[in-house]
Amino acid sequence: MSWAPYTVDATHFYLQVYFWIIVAVLGGLFLLMTFVQGGQSLFHTAKDEMEERAITNSLGRKWELTFTTLVLFGGALYAAFPLFYSVSFGGAYWVWMLILFGFVLQAVSYEYMNKENNVLGKGVYKFFLYFNGIVTMLLIGAAVGTFFTGSNFSFDPATRHVIWGTASDGFNLRGLEAAIDFKHGAWFNLSFGVLLFAAARILGGLWLINDIDNNEFPELIARIRGTIKKCFVVLVIALAIVLAGLLTMKGYSYNIHDPKGTVTLVAGKYLHNLLSFGAIPLLLFAAGLVLFILGVLKTGFGNSNKGIWFAGLGIVLIGIVVFVIAGLFGTPFYPSYADLQSSLTIQNTSGSKYTLEVMAWVSVAVPFVLAYIIWVWYQMKKNGPITKEEIADPESHAY
Amino acid sequence: MDHMSMIEWARAQFAMTALFHFFFVPFTLGMSFVVAFFETIYVKTGKKEWKEITQFWQLIFAINFALGLSTGIIHEFEFGTNWSTYSWVVGDLFGAPLAVEGIVAFFMEATFAAISFFGWKRVTKGVHLASSWLLAIGSNLSALWILIANGFMQHPSNEFGNFNIDTSRMEMINFWKLIAQPVAQVKFLHVVSAGYTLASIFVLGISAFYLLRKKHVEFAKKSAAVAAAFGLVSSIFVAVIGDDHAYEVTNTQPTKIAAAEGLYVGEKGAPIVAVGIPKNLKAASVASNDDAWAFKIELPHMLSILGKHSFNAFVPGLKDLIDGNKEYGIWPLSKLETVGQQARADLKAYHIAKTAGNKEAMEAAKRDFYTVVWPADLKGQVIYKHPANSDKLFLRKCDLIGYGFFKGKNPDLIHPPVPPVFFAFHLMVTLGFWFILLFIWAWVAVVKGSFENSTLLQKLAVLTVPLPWVATSFGWMTAEIGRQPWTVFGVLPTAESATPIALANVQATFFMFLTAFVILGIAELKILFTVVKHGPKGAH
Repeated sequence: MSWAPYTVDATHFYLQVYFWIIVAVLGGLFLLMTFVQGGQSLFHTAKDEMEERAITNSLGRKWELTFTTLVLFGGALYAAFPLFYSVSFGGAYWVWMLILFGFVLQAVSYEYMNKENNVLGKGVYKFFLYFNGIVTMLLIGAAVGTFFTGSNFSFDPATRHVIWGTASDGFNLRGLEAAIDFKHGAWFNLSFGVLLFAAARILGGLWLINDIDNNEFPELIARIRGTIKKCFVVLVIALAIVLAGLLTMKGYSYNIHDPKGTVTLVAGKYLHNLLSFGAIPLLLFAAGLVLFILGVLKTGFGNSNKGIWFAGLGIVLIGIVVFVIAGLFGTPFYPSYADLQSSLTIQNTSGSKYTLEVMAWVSVAVPFVLAYIIWVWYQMKKNGPITKEEIADPESHAY
Repeated sequence: MDHMSMIEWARAQFAMTALFHFFFVPFTLGMSFVVAFFETIYVKTGKKEWKEITQFWQLIFAINFALGLSTGIIHEFEFGTNWSTYSWVVGDLFGAPLAVEGIVAFFMEATFAAISFFGWKRVTKGVHLASSWLLAIGSNLSALWILIANGFMQHPSNEFGNFNIDTSRMEMINFWKLIAQPVAQVKFLHVVSAGYTLASIFVLGISAFYLLRKKHVEFAKKSAAVAAAFGLVSSIFVAVIGDDHAYEVTNTQPTKIAAAEGLYVGEKGAPIVAVGIPKNLKAASVASNDDAWAFKIELPHMLSILGKHSFNAFVPGLKDLIDGNKEYGIWPLSKLETVGQQARADLKAYHIAKTAGNKEAMEAAKRDFYTVVWPADLKGQVIYKHPANSDKLFLRKCDLIGYGFFKGKNPDLIHPPVPPVFFAFHLMVTLGFWFILLFIWAWVAVVKGSFENSTLLQKLAVLTVPLPWVATSFGWMTAEIGRQPWTVFGVLPTAESATPIALANVQATFFMFLTAFVILGIAELKILFTVVKHGPKGAH
C-alpha cells in the first residue's frame, strides 16, 4: 500500500532536495570523522606504553567531534525526514541499538582508560574502542547498504503502522537481517561495511601519521604505514564488489511528478543516477576517489604526512555522492523489498513545508559552525604534532 | 496484555536512560560555569594557585562529561527505536529543536571542550579562557533547545502546533512561538539554575571535606568562597523560578498539579499540604479532601496564591477534571472523550474519502475536524482556563484528539497516580529550601571568615553533596510522571506512542543499557573518589 506523497508544491520539493543534500554533506563529513574509529582499530600497532598513549591522545582530542556529527546527522534526519526516523530506527531495531551501544562504550573509554582505579582495567576500555572501531563500522556500513538493497517492511494503512517483516512475538534480532539475509543483499551490505571499515582504518592511519611526531615515534609510524598498505588491498577488493553490485543491481525508482509515487525496479538505476545532472555525481565521485588514492599513495606508500588532507577531502566527496545517488533523481532512499510501494522517498517522509523553511534558515549557521571547528582545529595543531613531552606533561590533561 | 507490558518496559527503558543521563547533565551545566569562573580569576590575577584550582575542577568536570555524552546519545535515537509512533506523529515539530540543538549547541560544546581540556599549552590564555566560557554557554544552550522540545510535550499549544488532517500528524506552524512558549522558558531557567546549585553544592562539599581533614586548606577556602556565592544566587533563583514554573503547570496541566498537591476535590482558596501522606484513591469516589490523607499539615490558601496568583481562586481537583464542574466551566472527561473520538472519526473518514477520491466528503470531514468547540462562539468570556489546552484562545476538535483514545476506559487513567508525584514534588521542594539555608549560612561564614573553623557547617556541607542529585531526579520525575498518561499532553497518549515491537527485544535492550550504565557508573565514581582523594596537587 503506498504512502501518499506529501509534496504538493515546487518549493516544498526543492527544500526536500536541499535537505537531502545537507544530509549527504553531513554523511560525507561523518565518514571523514570516522578516522577516529579507524584509528581505534590500530592500537595493535603500538608496541609500548608511550606509543599507545600517543594514539590515545591523538584520537582522544577528536572523538567528540565524530560523536557530535553522528548526533547532528540523526537530528537533521529527524527534523527533515521524520517518517524515515520512525520507520528505520523503530524497524531495523537491533542494527541501530548495537551501533549506539558501540558509541556508548566509546564515549567513556578515552577519559577512563588511563585513570587510576578505573574498575575495568585498561584492557577492557581498549576492547571497547576496538568494538566501536570495528563492529560499529561494519554495522553502519550494513545499515547504509540497505539504502540500496532495501529492507523488509510494509506500511499498514489501517493502523497506520509500519510492519517489519521479520517481526515475531518473541526475541528477534530484527534489523540484523541486513547483515545475515543473503537473499536480500546481505553480501552487498556487508561488503559496504568492510569498505567503510577499511576506509576508516586507512584514514585513521593517515591521521595518526600526521598528528604524532614522526621523529619521536619512527617505529610506530612505520608500522602504521605497513597496516595502511595491507588495508588498501582490502579496500580495493571491497570497493570493486560494492561498485559491481551498485552498477549491476536493479535499483528502486519512482517518478517525482507521479502523484501516486509508484515505485518500480529499474536496471542500471544507480549508473543512471551517477550520470544525471550533467554527470556531476560521477565526476565528484571520480575526483573523490582520485584524491583518496593520492592521499594513500603520499602517506601510506610515500613519506609525506599530508595524505590525510587529500584522502579526507576525497572521502567527503565520495560520501556526498553515495547519499545523493541513494535519494535524489526519483530514487527511494529507504526502499522496501517486501513491498515496493511502501518504500520511503524524500517526498513521502519529509517534514512540512513550514518546518523545512525554518530549518533552511537555521542551516545558515552551518558554515559558521564549520568555520569555528576549522579554526579550533588549526589552533590545536599549529604548534606541531603530539610529542612525548606533551604526553608526559601533568598539565596537558593527557590521557 | 503483551502490548501493555511492552509499553511499561519501553517507559522503564526511557526512564532509566533519562535518569542516568540526568545525573550528569545538571552537573555539566553548573560545573562548566564554575570552571570558567575559576579560570577567569586565574587569568585576571595571574596567580598559579587559581590555575591549579581550575584544572582540578576541570578534571572532575571531564570525568562526568564523558559519561554524560555516553548516556545522552541513546536518548536522541530512542525516540526512533522505541517511540517511533511518537516520532511519526509529532516528529515534524519535535525534530526541529533537536536538530537546532545539534547545530548551535553540541558542536560548540564538543569543539571548545577540546581546547579547554587539551589546549592549556597549545593556545594563548585568552583563547583558552574564551573556550572555557563557550563550552559552558554551549552546554547551557543545549539545555535550552531540549527543554523547548520537552515544553512542547507538556503543553502542545495550537499557537505553534497544528494537527494536519492530510498528513495525520502534528506539524509546526510557528517557530517563534515554539521557542518563546513560557512553559519551556521557565523550565529552562529552573533546570539550569538547579544545575548551578548542584555544582555549587558539590564544590562546597568537597572543599568542606578537605577542610575537615585539614588538607589543601587554601585551595578549599578559595573554592568554597566561589561556590558559596554562586550557590546562594542560584538556589534562591531556583525557588523563585520554580514558583513561576508551578504557576505555568497549574494553568496548563491541571492533572499534574492536582496529583503533585494531592488535590482530589477542587477548592476555592486551595491549601498546600506541606507535610502529609496522601492515599491512592479513585478520584471520582472521593467526597472530601480530608478523606484522602493518612495525615497532613496544611498551609491554607497557598495553592491558589501560588498557582493562580489569587487568594481565593478555584483550583480544580482530580475529581473535577473527571466529573466536570459546571460552576467553573470545566468539562467532564466524558465530553472531552466524545469530542476526541469525533476528531478520530473525522480523520478516518477523511482518508477513506481521499482514497475514494470523494472531495466533498473530504471537505466535510476536514470542516468537522477543525470545528471550534470552546469557547463555542469565540466571543465567550474566558472564565476558566481549560484543562486540556488552557491558554489557548480557542480549542478545536483536533486539539482534543488524544482524549478519543480513553473512551470507555477507566477514568482514573486520565491522571497520574497521586503518591509518587506528590512525594517527588514535595521532597524536591523541601531539599530546595535546605539548599538555600545551607548557602546563606555558608556565605555568611565565608564573608566573616569563619567557614574554615565551623566544623558543623563543614560536616553538613559534606553530607549534602548527594542531595541535589536526589532533588533534580525528583524534579524530573514530577515533570514526567506528572505528565502521564500522555507523551504529548492531550494529543498523544503514551500507550499509543511506542514502537510496535515484541516485548523481549525491549527487555533485552533495557538490561543491555542498564548493565553498561551501572558498570560505567561505578567506574566513574571510583575514578572520581580517587581524584578527590589525591586532591588538587595530583590533578592531571
